[in-house]
Amino acid sequence: MEFGDIVLAVAIMLGKSLLLLVALLIFIAYALLADRKIWAAVQLRRGPNVVGPWGLLQSFADLLKFVLKEPVIPAPANKGMFLLAPLLFCVLSLAAWAVIPLNAGWAIADINVGILYIFAISSLGVYGVIMGGWASNSKYPFLGALRSAAQMVSYEVSIGFVIVTVLMCAGTLNLSKIVEAQNSSFGLLGWYWLPLFPMFVVFFISAMAETNRPPFDLPEAESELVAGYMVEYSSTPYLLFMLGEYVAIMTMCSIGTILFLGGWLSPIPFAPFTWVPGVIWFILKASFLFFMMAMAKAMVPRYRYDQLMRLGWKVFLPISLAMVVIVATVLMATGLAPGMR
Amino acid sequence: MTVTAAFFYLFATITVASGFMVIASRNPVQSVLFLILAFVNAAGLFLMMGAEFLAMILVIVYVGAVAVLFLFVTMMLDVDFAELRQGFLQYLPFGALIGVVFFLEITLVIGAYIIDPALVRSPSVPIPSPDIMTNTEALGQVLYTRYFYFFQAAGLILLVAMIGAIVLTLRDRVGVRRQNISVQNARTAQDVQVRKVPFRQGL
Repeated sequence: MEFGDIVLAVAIMLGKSLLLLVALLIFIAYALLADRKIWAAVQLRRGPNVVGPWGLLQSFADLLKFVLKEPVIPAPANKGMFLLAPLLFCVLSLAAWAVIPLNAGWAIADINVGILYIFAISSLGVYGVIMGGWASNSKYPFLGALRSAAQMVSYEVSIGFVIVTVLMCAGTLNLSKIVEAQNSSFGLLGWYWLPLFPMFVVFFISAMAETNRPPFDLPEAESELVAGYMVEYSSTPYLLFMLGEYVAIMTMCSIGTILFLGGWLSPIPFAPFTWVPGVIWFILKASFLFFMMAMAKAMVPRYRYDQLMRLGWKVFLPISLAMVVIVATVLMATGLAPGMR
Repeated sequence: MTVTAAFFYLFATITVASGFMVIASRNPVQSVLFLILAFVNAAGLFLMMGAEFLAMILVIVYVGAVAVLFLFVTMMLDVDFAELRQGFLQYLPFGALIGVVFFLEITLVIGAYIIDPALVRSPSVPIPSPDIMTNTEALGQVLYTRYFYFFQAAGLILLVAMIGAIVLTLRDRVGVRRQNISVQNARTAQDVQVRKVPFRQGL
């Protein structure tokens, strides 16, 4: 390759990444607003409605507020790590988007081990939380960090098994090919949510636990730990934690869309519906999952810590382990396994 | 190719430097964090060699699970490490002597070790080209066929280790009231009695 070609390739890659980043962040800004509006509607409140028409600019006002505030670093804190933690958290959750295909061939990096990459990156997110909690050098953040470490590791196990069942059905680790494997003439009935419905439920709940979403937001439980690992953070570092959390939630929604809801595929596989661009379907499906998460946040009370651990290890782990065996047996017995057809 | 080389030296340098910092840093938590950095960069090196599956598994297993537990434990350690380092100079000559002897021995053993060229030329299973088969498939093809029993044995050893750890920490204390969720869920309205309590008399 010529030097010029390399520079051009890098420039195109940077351009794509920047475009995705901007689109994602604007989408997240409105997802955050939607989250608050849904929460408010369930509680018969109005929600944010002052900044802009129907409060549409609320997220941007919040952004400005956070950026312009004074960042306070506690005196006993480990300064370098204190500032590194939110940065790491945010960057890692954004990095997962490099492999997510929003449409056929729309992934920035369509790598063969895409799902493993996502799994690896999402398991790294816990470091931001632990480092933040430890570097604050204060009691509540530390307790929050410890809770978070145990919680995220526990639910990763069941997410791993859920992913294994989908991989057995699809026969590939490539995210685009997993979506292609769900393409059939049955439309939305051919997607994996129907045959793997128990796993879809386990994935949905584990995704909430993995991203510290209510009802599993024990690392930042405001009624007992003030705000958990975020207590000492203010201004932009706090913003980065908050942003990273919402990006991680959107990542989980997209992964659910890809694994169970057929990614960019149209739910009804004939003419007027297949003309709609795949990316629209993708956004609609991810938004549906996000809406379900927002409803869960509004309706379900927070779990107690021992209940959370029981759910992870005594309920989800056996169910998902059994489903791995059942799915493998069924695939082999019926000859439907990829490579056997 | 120069780009590849540059990335190789970047990853390799960071791996070695963070490996050194693991033993050199004063704070045990920082040591673990440097260990994680070393793992991540080693995964980068795996990626450069085309072993993408190994790279991802290294990050998932070591960084995502094992190192979290390391960090979990070291954060809760209540050890004064300045105190531990007090005798450092006193033991330095002795430690250095052992280190030098050990280094020489390893150099002598490894330096004379040559892999049989015939073995290198004839791997038990030919390595497929990345164009035909992905890295993951190629690993699966040998792991679940040729090395199936070894794979199962490794799994059994891990299972035994896990059971051992559980047995060591399992304590069945008597007189502890525990929540039994199946009993709670099986309770019906008839199981609960509502009684009128007379004022100042009780039941």
